[in-house]
Amino acid sequence: MTDQASTVNDHDGAPLLEVEGLVKRFPIRRGLFGSGSVHAVEGVDLHIRPGEVLSLVGESGSGKSTLGACVTGMSKPTAGRIRFAGEDVALASRRGRAQFRRRVQPVFQDPRSSLDPRWPIERTIREPLDAYRVGSPADRTARVAELMDLVGLPRHLSARQPRQLSRGQQQRVAIAAALALGPELLVADEPVSALDVSVQAQILNLLDELRNRLKLALLFIAHDLSVVEHLSDRVAVMYLGRIVETGPVERIFASPEHPYTRALIDAIPHADPGRKMSRIRLTGEIPSPVNPPSGCRFHPRCPVAIEQCRTVDPPQTHFDQTHSAACHVAAAGLAQRTSTISALSKGATS
Amino acid sequence: MSALVEFRDVGVDYARRGGIVSAVQNVSLTLEENETFGLVGESGCGKTTLSMALMGLLPASARVTGQLMFRGEDLFAMSESEHRRLRGDEVSMVFQDPATSLDATFGIGYQVAETVRAHRQVSRRESKARALELLREVGIPAAESRYSDPPHRLSGGMRQRVVMAAALANDPSLLLADEPTTALDVTIQAQVLDLLAALQRKHGTTILLIAHDLGVVAQICDRVGVMYAGQLVEVAPVGELFAAPRHPYTRALLDALPSRGRRGRALRVIGGQVPDLSHPPAGCRFADRCPHRMDVCATVPPLATSGAERQIACWLDPATRATAGLAPLPDSPTPNPAVPVGDPS
Repeated sequence: MTDQASTVNDHDGAPLLEVEGLVKRFPIRRGLFGSGSVHAVEGVDLHIRPGEVLSLVGESGSGKSTLGACVTGMSKPTAGRIRFAGEDVALASRRGRAQFRRRVQPVFQDPRSSLDPRWPIERTIREPLDAYRVGSPADRTARVAELMDLVGLPRHLSARQPRQLSRGQQQRVAIAAALALGPELLVADEPVSALDVSVQAQILNLLDELRNRLKLALLFIAHDLSVVEHLSDRVAVMYLGRIVETGPVERIFASPEHPYTRALIDAIPHADPGRKMSRIRLTGEIPSPVNPPSGCRFHPRCPVAIEQCRTVDPPQTHFDQTHSAACHVAAAGLAQRTSTISALSKGATS
Repeated sequence: MSALVEFRDVGVDYARRGGIVSAVQNVSLTLEENETFGLVGESGCGKTTLSMALMGLLPASARVTGQLMFRGEDLFAMSESEHRRLRGDEVSMVFQDPATSLDATFGIGYQVAETVRAHRQVSRRESKARALELLREVGIPAAESRYSDPPHRLSGGMRQRVVMAAALANDPSLLLADEPTTALDVTIQAQVLDLLAALQRKHGTTILLIAHDLGVVAQICDRVGVMYAGQLVEVAPVGELFAAPRHPYTRALLDALPSRGRRGRALRVIGGQVPDLSHPPAGCRFADRCPHRMDVCATVPPLATSGAERQIACWLDPATRATAGLAPLPDSPTPNPAVPVGDPS
C-alpha cells in the first residue's frame, strides 16, 4: 500500500493532509492523589491541499504547536485520524511511516536549537539523504549543492558551522535540511518569530518562493498575524484546543465571524501611528487547558456571549463553502440574515 | 517640555578577548519629561547598551565616553553609590522576561512590598497596603488573595504586571521598558501597552521603550529613535517617522514589514549583513548595505537637527550636509523607494 501512496495525491484538489477529530491529551499528576490531563487538542478537523499555505493562529496554550507535532508524527494523537495523501498514517506499515516522514518535514522557531552546532552545514543538509540512502554518495553531494542554491545559501559557506552564520542563514540551513528529501508538506512552527524584521522578510520571501517553485504545502504555525496575512491562503484560528474559525485569508481578516478572531485581529499593533489598535480589548487570559470552561470555551472572555454559550458547545456553522466558525452568536446572525433574505425574495416574487 | 535625560556624544565600547567591540558610537539624544520615547533597531544595534548605560548596569568590560546627563547631572561622572541612589529614587526598569525579574520563591505581593520598603522608610503594614494598591493599579484581579502567590502561579502577562507594580514603587520619573511585551501574546501585549500608556498619563512618567516591533512603537510612542549598528541614524515624532522616513535604513526597515498592501508580493529585503562591531566600518555603518552609497559615506555623518523635532544622520540629507558645511545634493533627497535595496544574501 505504500507504493500506491505516491500516486494518490496526484488527483487535483484532493487534500494532501486530512485531520479528523484529532485529540491530544497529556496526563498530569496534581498533588499527591489528584491526576488529570491537559486537553491540548480537542477534536480538530482540518485539511491542506497540495501547494497550499494554511496558517494556524492562536495564543500560547491554544494547542497549535501540539497539533503541528501530531501532524509531523513527533507526537502520537490520543484519538482521531491523520491521513496523508489518502492514507491513514496510524495504520501504515513501518515502511509507510518512513515514507510519511520523508514527505512531511518540520521547521522550528530557533535554528540554533535544531542544528547540530559541531557539524558543518553541509553535513546537516546531507544527513537526511544519508539516513534514507538517497542515490549514490556523489548524487548526495550534488543534491546538497542544489539545496543550498535553492534556499539562497552561497556554496562557499558549506564547511562553516552554524555559529559562523547569521540567524537568517541558520534558518536557511534548517529549511534546506527539511527540503532534502523532497517533502510535499512543511510544518513550520514560528519559523520567523526569533528573527529581526529584515531577516524575517528574507525568510518569508524564501518560503513563498519555495511554495511557488516546488508546489510545497505549508502548515504555518504563527502568532504574528501580519506575517500570517502576508503568507497564507487559508487561516485556522485555534482557542483552547479547538478550531474556532477557518476560512480564506481575505475573509478571515476582512470579515471574521468569531469574536475571538475579531479580538486577535484588533490587537495587532500596526506600524502606522494613524491606525491605533482598536479600543476594544479582550479581557482576561486564556484559561488552563486542564479544566476548560463549559459550553463555548471562549465564553468567559467573550464580549458578546449569551446564556447558551455557557452551556452548549457551539458546532461549526458554515458561512459559505470555505468559511466556518463555531459561535452561537455568529450562527444566530447568519440565520437572521438568511431569513431576511428569504423574506425579501419572497416579497419580491409575490 | 524640559530635558530629563541627555545623551551627549555617548560611546560605549566593550573590551573582548578578540579586541574592542564598538557597541554604541556618538549618540546624542534628549528624552523630554513626560514623553514616551521609542528606541528601535535590530539585534545588536546598541539599544539595550544605551539603556544599560542609563541604569548603570554596564558590565565591567565596558568603556564609556561622552556625557549622560540626568536632570543636569552627569551619570558617567558619578560614583557607584551616587548612581545607585539616583537610580533608586528616579529610574525603574521593566525587562522582556518577567520571570527573571521576580524571585521564584516569594509571594508576588511580598516582592512588591519589599521594593516599597527599599525606597521608603515605612512599616511592614504600610508597605503591604501600598503593594496592594500598586497591584490593583496594574490590574491584578483579586490582588489580596493573590498576594502570597509565587510567580509561577501567574501567567506571563500577569507576571509582567507584577514587575510593573514593583517598578512603580519608587514613583520613578523615568521608566525603562526593554521589550516589555515581546514574550507576550498579542492580546495580552495590547493590554500591557494600554497599561503602560495609562500609567504614563497618570504619573507623567517619562518612558524609554526599547522595542524591535515597529507596530508596538507606533501605538504608544510620541517620538522614535532608530539605531543601526551602534549609531543613532534618525529621530522623529512617531507620525513623521512612519509617514516620511528620511534615513535609507529606516525606509528599508519599514518596507521589510509585511502589511496589507504587500500581500502576494515579495517583501523588500536589506542586502548584506550587519557589520561586525569588533571591526566596524569607518563612517556610516549602514553604507555597505545602502543603495545610495557615496564616497563621503566613509566619514561618519553628523547627527543633525532638522526643524524642531527631527534628527538625521545621512549624507543624502540636506540637514546633515548643512551641519558639515556641505551644499545639498542637486537632486536630493528622495531616492526612489521602488528601487530594491541590494540583493538578499
